[in-house]
Amino acid sequence: MTDTTARVSVTKEPARDTPVPAPAPRRARVWRRLTPWIFLIAPLALLITFTYAPIVNMIAYSFTDWDGVSPELHYTGLENYTELFTRSELFEVFFVSGYYLVASAIQIVAALYFATVLSFNVRFRNFFKGVLFFPYLINGVAIGFVFLYFFQDGGTLDSVLALFGYHSDHAWLGTPFSANSSLAAVSIWRYLGLNFVLFLGAIQSIPGELYEASELDGANRWHQFRHIIAPGIKPVLTLTVILSVSGSLSAFEIPYIMTGGATGTETFVIQTVKLAFQFNKTGLASAAALVLLLIILLVTWLQRRLVPDDKVDLV
Amino acid sequence: MNRRHILALAVGSAVLAAGCTGTGGTSKGADAKAPDDPAKVTGTIKVLTVRTDLVQDGTMDKYAAEFNKIYPKVKVKFEALTNYEAEVKIRMNTENYGDVLMIPGVIKKSDYPKFFASLGTVAERSKKYRFTDYTAVDGKVYGQTADGVMPGFVYNKRVWQEAGVTDWPTTPDEFVTALKAIKSKTDATPYYTNFAAGWTLTSWTFVNGTVHCDPQATTKIAEGNPWAEGSDLRVGDTLLYDIVHEGLVEKDPTTSNWEASKGQLAKGQIATQWLGTWAIIQFQDAAKKAGVNPDDIGFMPFPAQTDGKFCATVGPDYNQGINVHSEHKEAARAWLDWFTDKSGYADDNLAISPLKDAPMPTVLKPYEEQGVKLIELDDSKGAEVKAIDTESEVGINTPDYRQELVDLARGAKKGTLDDYLKSLGQKWTETQKNMGS
Repeated sequence: MTDTTARVSVTKEPARDTPVPAPAPRRARVWRRLTPWIFLIAPLALLITFTYAPIVNMIAYSFTDWDGVSPELHYTGLENYTELFTRSELFEVFFVSGYYLVASAIQIVAALYFATVLSFNVRFRNFFKGVLFFPYLINGVAIGFVFLYFFQDGGTLDSVLALFGYHSDHAWLGTPFSANSSLAAVSIWRYLGLNFVLFLGAIQSIPGELYEASELDGANRWHQFRHIIAPGIKPVLTLTVILSVSGSLSAFEIPYIMTGGATGTETFVIQTVKLAFQFNKTGLASAAALVLLLIILLVTWLQRRLVPDDKVDLV
Repeated sequence: MNRRHILALAVGSAVLAAGCTGTGGTSKGADAKAPDDPAKVTGTIKVLTVRTDLVQDGTMDKYAAEFNKIYPKVKVKFEALTNYEAEVKIRMNTENYGDVLMIPGVIKKSDYPKFFASLGTVAERSKKYRFTDYTAVDGKVYGQTADGVMPGFVYNKRVWQEAGVTDWPTTPDEFVTALKAIKSKTDATPYYTNFAAGWTLTSWTFVNGTVHCDPQATTKIAEGNPWAEGSDLRVGDTLLYDIVHEGLVEKDPTTSNWEASKGQLAKGQIATQWLGTWAIIQFQDAAKKAGVNPDDIGFMPFPAQTDGKFCATVGPDYNQGINVHSEHKEAARAWLDWFTDKSGYADDNLAISPLKDAPMPTVLKPYEEQGVKLIELDDSKGAEVKAIDTESEVGINTPDYRQELVDLARGAKKGTLDDYLKSLGQKWTETQKNMGS
């Protein structure tokens, strides 16, 4: 009995303290609440169908021994995860990511350089912007094939070098070092445009008066870069570094198409794809994919902790 | 969301300990019976195939037109898939994977009855057709190949003659010597690995059976170490290693180009490639396109002899099966039978007919002259070999293992052949033990 009375008093309380505005008609209230969701139906449906449902499925598969096609699958608990972590050779492929990490460093510096130069008045400025951004627009598969011809014995690269009098006898994709470097170079070429555009956008959002004022103070281009541009684009710079690191860990299409992971160019994603589609271990591959996702989330989180997102305050 | 997804969710939440979805349990184990009266069979059937070239140039439609002369009420549609294995695998999670399709390698043999309609018993089909045990489960047959294939070296006769080699080498050593002669006496690349394409290297697994002329070679792999001293795969892999190690291959294997290699072999820029009978017609076509003599394309067996005779294995290409969910199983069966027996597909492709009483294709005339013994491998343990292979991740049917072998041989990877083969053998036998227990 006591608690019913208590409950009654609780429900009554707000009514006593705050004056209740005349409630809107029920229908109007329902509509007001529904309206944002109606707008969200399409994007949410797409997001759920193509992002979250597959991930949930993938997580589910990672606890099974499913082979990808058989109607039979068995729940195996954490077996896939134990297997992953007891087979250290599965993580050795992360060494390959080192090449792509170095490449991203080069790529960021180059993109920053070009973005800075092209944000000032340069002749044929827009043409160069186009040239730099263009590779990013091409399909990755096409790039893979183009560069296969490029690196071929007697292919484009060799012919170009021969024009300069250097007759190389080098198999570009022949050794692990050379192959990984070549592939990472292709990645630089491909993704430079994206970084470049991000930087360019950020640089152009810096008010022009700052440059004028600094010039009056006798600053040269380097000073301007050091004290105006670099701090001004810091958030974009951190974002790019995060994207580059996660991109290096999950490098896939260029090595997959060009070498298929042969000659020591196998990355973690290629290995996962091979587990799933060559050895039909969809369960294990799902677990591997999930582990990669967690690793990337962890790295991103660490980076955010190390480089907190400061407010930009130039003026 | 189909039933498997819901099930997977259930499994994910650890509700179910073991599950079986059985897509369409009602039609499981159905038979596709051959129709009695061709005029009465009706329906539209869809045929999935890997032969994109034949669908595009209209050859398949010509076959369908011929077929319609006997079965006027059946309409045959074709769908060619470029990335066949991967695409069909995903489609087979639903019920819509065509009416007639090539059985993908990923399907476990024991699952055949769940995906394909039976074509009849082994006893009755093996009277007429070769290779029936490759698709047999519990005495019933679930697939039928339209052409048989035989592994071997495709070579340019002219180049080999220029190098002074007229007889087929009879041992791996003689073979390497012959390639050395080609290197020193001609401008041709003695052997082309086709490293980049990958699957081309995979065909070295088909050496199995030819070295010792043993129809039980597959069973031996299933029960023992495939790389034991003197075993078929070891002999084959050692030959490949030696060829690469001696520098008798293209300068940069990693950027090799399969399509281009056909024309180069026809023109005599490449002397030899290990492929299969199915490749001969493609190389002859390449020769015609390049304006050189297609008769220069020769075919020779693996350099090993048993009792003074060469030996070659004959096996099925892709087997065709009938979707167990098909609504027009009779029409599908009619097409499958007609395509196997009467279409002339095997002849058109210079391949070995799946019909037991059919003559050998003319390109294999030198084989008859040399008295090459043709054997069919017993595939009753084929499913076990496949299971051990995927479970151990050795991958005798994937490119990686031979790509690594080539890398070892040309010094791009550290290690020795012995150690490499030993580690493969260890992985294999350990998995064998684990699976047996």
